[in-house]
Amino acid sequence: MERYSGFGLFKHSLSHHENWQRMWRTPTPKKVYDVVIVGGGGHGLATAYYLAKVHGITNVAVVEKGWLGGGNTARNTTIVRSNYLWDESAKLYEHAMKLWEGLSQDINYNVMFSQRGVYNLCHTLQDIRDSERRVSANRLNGVDGELLNTDQVAAEIPYLDCSKNTRYPILGATVQRRGGVARHDAVAWGFARAADALGVDLIQQTEVTGFRKENGAVIGVETNKGFIGAKRVGVVTAGNSGHMARLAGFRLPLESHPLQALVSEPIKPIIDSVIMSNAVHGYISQSDKGDLVIGAGIDSWVGYGQRGSYPVIEHTLQAIVEMFPILSRVRMNRQWGGIVDTCPDACPIISKTPVKNLFFNCGWGTGGFKATPGSGNVFAASLAKGEMHPLAAPFSIDRFYNGALIDEHGAAAVAH
Amino acid sequence: MSQSYRLASGGRVNRGKVLNFSFNGKTYQGYEGDSLAAALLANGVDVVGRSFKYSRPRGIIAAGTEEPNAILQIGSSEATQIPNVRATQQPLYAGLVATSTNGWPNVNNDVMGILGKVGGSMMPPGFYYKTFMYPKSFWMTYEKYIRKAAGLGRAPLQNDPDSYDYMNHHCDVLIVGAGPAGLAAALAAGRSGARVIIADEQEEFGGSLLDSRETLDGKPATDWVAATVAELQGMAEVLVLPRATVNGYHDHNFLTIHERLTDHLGDRAPIGQVRHRVHRVRAKQVVLAAGAHERPLVYGNNDVPGNMLAGAVSTYVRRYGVAPGRKLVLSTNNDHAYRVALDWHDAGLQVVAIADARHNPRGSLVEEARAKGIRILTSSAVVEAAGSKHVTGARVAAIDAQAFTVTSPGETLACDLIATSGGYSPIVHLASHLGGRPVWREDILGFVPGDAPQKRVCVGGMNGVYPLGDVLADGFEGGVRAATEAGFKAVVGTLPKAVQRTEEPTLALFQVPHDKGTRGPKQFVDQQNDVTAAGIELATREGFESVEHVKRYTALGFGTDQGKLGNINGLAIAARSLGISIAQMGTTMFRPNYTPVTFGAVAGRHCGHLFEPVRFTALHSWHVKNGAEFEDVGQWKRPWYFPKPGEDIHAAVERECKAVRDSVGLLDASTLGKIDIQGPDAREFLNRIYTNAWTKLDVGKARYGLMCKEDGMVFDDGVTACVGDNHFIMTTTTGGAARVLGWMELYLQTEWPELKVYFTSVTDHWATMTLSGPNSRKLLAEISDIDLDKDAFPFMTWKEGTVGGVPARVFRISFTGELSYEVNVQANYAMGVLEKIVAAGKQYNLTPYGTETMHVLRAEKGFIIVGQDTDGSMNADDLNMSWCVGRNKPYSWIGLRGMNREDCLREDRKQLVGLKPINPKQWLPEGAQLVFDPKQPIPMDMVGHVTSSYASNSLGYSFAMGVVKGGLKRMGERVYSPQADGSVIEAEIVSSVFFDPKGERQNV
Amino acid sequence: MLHIFCPHCGELRSEEEFHASGQAHIARPLDPAACSDEEWGTYMFFRDNPRGIHHELWDHVAGCRQYFNVTRDTVTYEILETYKIGEKPQITAASKASAAPSTVKGLGEKV
Repeated sequence: MERYSGFGLFKHSLSHHENWQRMWRTPTPKKVYDVVIVGGGGHGLATAYYLAKVHGITNVAVVEKGWLGGGNTARNTTIVRSNYLWDESAKLYEHAMKLWEGLSQDINYNVMFSQRGVYNLCHTLQDIRDSERRVSANRLNGVDGELLNTDQVAAEIPYLDCSKNTRYPILGATVQRRGGVARHDAVAWGFARAADALGVDLIQQTEVTGFRKENGAVIGVETNKGFIGAKRVGVVTAGNSGHMARLAGFRLPLESHPLQALVSEPIKPIIDSVIMSNAVHGYISQSDKGDLVIGAGIDSWVGYGQRGSYPVIEHTLQAIVEMFPILSRVRMNRQWGGIVDTCPDACPIISKTPVKNLFFNCGWGTGGFKATPGSGNVFAASLAKGEMHPLAAPFSIDRFYNGALIDEHGAAAVAH
Repeated sequence: MSQSYRLASGGRVNRGKVLNFSFNGKTYQGYEGDSLAAALLANGVDVVGRSFKYSRPRGIIAAGTEEPNAILQIGSSEATQIPNVRATQQPLYAGLVATSTNGWPNVNNDVMGILGKVGGSMMPPGFYYKTFMYPKSFWMTYEKYIRKAAGLGRAPLQNDPDSYDYMNHHCDVLIVGAGPAGLAAALAAGRSGARVIIADEQEEFGGSLLDSRETLDGKPATDWVAATVAELQGMAEVLVLPRATVNGYHDHNFLTIHERLTDHLGDRAPIGQVRHRVHRVRAKQVVLAAGAHERPLVYGNNDVPGNMLAGAVSTYVRRYGVAPGRKLVLSTNNDHAYRVALDWHDAGLQVVAIADARHNPRGSLVEEARAKGIRILTSSAVVEAAGSKHVTGARVAAIDAQAFTVTSPGETLACDLIATSGGYSPIVHLASHLGGRPVWREDILGFVPGDAPQKRVCVGGMNGVYPLGDVLADGFEGGVRAATEAGFKAVVGTLPKAVQRTEEPTLALFQVPHDKGTRGPKQFVDQQNDVTAAGIELATREGFESVEHVKRYTALGFGTDQGKLGNINGLAIAARSLGISIAQMGTTMFRPNYTPVTFGAVAGRHCGHLFEPVRFTALHSWHVKNGAEFEDVGQWKRPWYFPKPGEDIHAAVERECKAVRDSVGLLDASTLGKIDIQGPDAREFLNRIYTNAWTKLDVGKARYGLMCKEDGMVFDDGVTACVGDNHFIMTTTTGGAARVLGWMELYLQTEWPELKVYFTSVTDHWATMTLSGPNSRKLLAEISDIDLDKDAFPFMTWKEGTVGGVPARVFRISFTGELSYEVNVQANYAMGVLEKIVAAGKQYNLTPYGTETMHVLRAEKGFIIVGQDTDGSMNADDLNMSWCVGRNKPYSWIGLRGMNREDCLREDRKQLVGLKPINPKQWLPEGAQLVFDPKQPIPMDMVGHVTSSYASNSLGYSFAMGVVKGGLKRMGERVYSPQADGSVIEAEIVSSVFFDPKGERQNV
Repeated sequence: MLHIFCPHCGELRSEEEFHASGQAHIARPLDPAACSDEEWGTYMFFRDNPRGIHHELWDHVAGCRQYFNVTRDTVTYEILETYKIGEKPQITAASKASAAPSTVKGLGEKV
């Protein structure tokens, strides 16, 4: 792999940038792989990378029906944080956070991980209690977090309306200063390039249409371009996970919903952290290009159309203008939707399945981007060993039978 | 030098009305009817901005929505700043203040431009992914500088003084665009009697006809426009909306229109007027008549000011009477652009030459130009513009479009304006918002709307129909079709006659070849994002082969123009570079909005106190008068505490608590949800949804119940009273009322439709005043005819009678542990009753108390608050409320099976207990986590957390409730709460009932 | 924004008046005590979540407060029919695959 650096850029500028290497090959699929990953989004590509890098398993294919990073990786609001309430979640997301902190150097691709701080606003006394609970849990789990009062919030976030004139006045906020944003596309491309360099085959424009099984175990995937054999298969297809499970012959405790987001026109930097509010329901950050990146809510119905309903956008902008009245003259440039696979307890499923050697990593709902390296890392370990990584184990499908849910949205008082 | 580029005559401007405006601090003049762009061009202003990445000087290139460069800041005061206004779409008004959005010290001399020239070669697409990585800790520093270059305009720093709203419509036919096709469609639909809305983004209707050379029935086309608009305005069922852009086509024919009501008057709306309005339209049928955008050709230095779209040149000349130069060179691959040369020539200006990429063009317009003696160079194109801050010449060379080569060195023609036309791209945005993929048509070299299930018709230019006569016919037919589909009778009508011409096909040329290839001067594709043809080629070389990848890697089409000008060229270049066809390449997804929409307009009135409805109880004004501080609970404003002058919350709550324990207090409990339940199966229904049994509850009695979801976790609670054998009144938590009612309806309607029972929300119909404390009986007796004797009216019963002279239901239930009466009266009597209670209460020191005191008092008794002491993961056993669980009820009530799942039967589940700090002065923060071993290293093994915590005057020490793993079997053991400051609070696990454990005080 | 025909009100109304309540036709087991943990978990949490024809439960919360069923395509968002609780859908994934859509009786807005 050609190493990227400032010097490299200079060198290539002398030859008018005509000699840059391809970031990844377009390989012809082999007959059989040690591991086939279905889904070439951030999580799938990260899984492939860590399989090769950490576990030395390089006979790996990533099969993607469209283009690399073309699903939710390309459509999210890029927030990264690890301040989850429950131990199981906090440990998993903090594992991801630590990987984020060295990711650009590890994969030699600048994913622009920017630790500009993530604030979660509190608008009710119960928000304050829940926030204290979460921050206190974070602290004892080794995850940074602080609870701020209204004056501190006002001092740290200019232009946020911290007065009592709002419908739900701000009573405080939690902040995770190590949280922030990353450049979403770069995460997919960076993992893809690094995985490719280690020998992983990235097979685009190839749709998995079924799973071939023998004696209750998967032995490969059927695709629109033919059969690809595999000793183990990991499915990482986000919103389409329910569909893949159906192809494999079982159901999942998932529903796929539209989740919308929008950006403003680029304006001069005015918001330099990530601000989230659950009670008025909006979250906002500003990209390095100047766009305000705004997360909207989830539509309550199942939808695979990558679009949702207009009232959700309305409510979101009402929330944004309520939080930042100065933004009412700024304009929305573009809105879009992703397909999020949501679990009843707002936590992912990283699990074995009723089919032997077939593993699923899904159910990340509205919060998957932040977990990308951690998710890939623990899923890779699980695929490599055939046994779930300890950080992944609590996220088994079994919890929906025995009741050991990890109910994040019940108690966390945090928008995902 | 005022308006030195204004033509002596012509244009639709009012030369009698001169308007002063300022740009970058300098004052200029224009006319009423000008766009800001027209007025700037009239004054010879060429550099309006600097480019994003390379800081290259940029000028006005277009005349409409596709403008990528003239993105200006407008605003004469801080609060009325408007970022990113397209000068081409901003009408001029007196006193307009505009500035460029970048360039230092100014746009004409920008120091960053030097950096752009020197460093530009280091900034190919995606360069930032390849650098700024080392040393690891430096990214935040790099980013700080990168962000300095971010953004175009700026947000105001003061709150917006204007208001916005939205409006709902239902119509038979919505027509998008009021050019020739849309107007013809509106005539057809309007005459049929259909309810029609016709909206157009421009200041006036007419679209392309406003600057057209075309005649209709031998008269100027604008005559027909005027007559048509007049006819439409005369139709009662037709709503005519200029300055209104249809921005989003949403599911089931729901479309949004962004109307700018006052932007042509000033940067602040006149008093009493709304600045912008969003029309939310549900249309039976939609006619899309959005037209087409001209594409520029991509050639070297095509971004230097003085390079313009051909059609834009005609618009400035004919509509505004402005010539954006003196000497014109036109570079084209199609017939239609020749009109520009003819317009220029007719205005008495010099056409230096027309470079036509085609071999032997012979169309009518071409011949017309030839006849006027205009020089036409065939098989040629402008390959490179000369000049740095303004065009000084155009190098025209012979090219082979097929082979993509330059076949002669060509000649440089002196000129100050290069007009360019690469053909037309139908405006398929709205037709594609719902996912319908546009289809490439090689015959017109453009994408047209693909099939879609929506009830819509596409007409005119956006359908690839260009000759005026055909456009009118297509539009009219589309209008007829839409109206008949919507149930109206078709009308016949005659349309004016347009001049017939022979027109020859456009040549497929997007990027003009250059002798030096990608090493030549920069050929810009997306000017706003500084995306060049070489950059797109580099992206494809590096493996970005899908159109979405190319877009994302190069930022092509990410700007405020959403790629209107450059996207088709960009994907044509990518396709060529990859050796595939444009059809194979396809387009990126089109998403709302067609053009940017003001946040405030989308939000409408729903901000500040109208952000969400506020619910007040019938006694609210009394609370305000008595100095209450309020707490938001759901949408309700509840009194939190009633401070006396000089009191803080602690002093007030201490006083209120003492009053209740010693004498009597008054709580407004009206916000609790109240559901009236009636029917012969009411009792059975309660048995199925509550954890406990209701079979034996007699008329006149009340009982507390818990509700669970199917998973066995508690989600609401409250007291339900038996009013009659078939009649109950249920109370729920304040926040849970609507949720509980919907949930009950769900089970009734979908699972148990055989049960005869009916639910009515009566929360707002009753006001509830709780009198609590040892003197409550005496007080109530003074104003009520109810027999309050303790045997006649025992605990957990209710009675009907009068209180304060009005009918009342009085419930003897208690959430404080004291003797309590909940007085319910019809809400509209409540204030009168309250006054009588207060008057009678004087002698008992009747003290109003709020939610905070209520919380303290109930916690002393160990009563839970659902949502505070529970979190959706607690079942009745966890709450130590097994006494409230009827495990042997005949029907398997909701929650029973869930409670018996493996994980719910664990002995070491977190259980609700009392917590008593060892140091009685220490207070456990609510939410604080608990551990058994405070000395263990991080990550610690957390065993629970504090759910409620108070300082208690009655107890003389602070106390808390919390959940602890296996806590019910750990009475007397210690837990520890490590705090942020490093201190540790030690507490003993105790019973959660701290006060009057035998319940003697409430049973008197 | 969806346009939904409420079979109780007999009118097409905007989605804002309604609330989606998930997959339809999930019957509560008649004898919960006889269910294994796995069966109970399946009832509570596991859903078809199809890409295509979906039968789902809606509540006309801001209207008649009645629940009803909707057959909707989760990819195109077309509503193919709405019908009352207790009724069977006319259109199913199987019928859609075999029958021409024009033969279908639908009350929904086909847009």
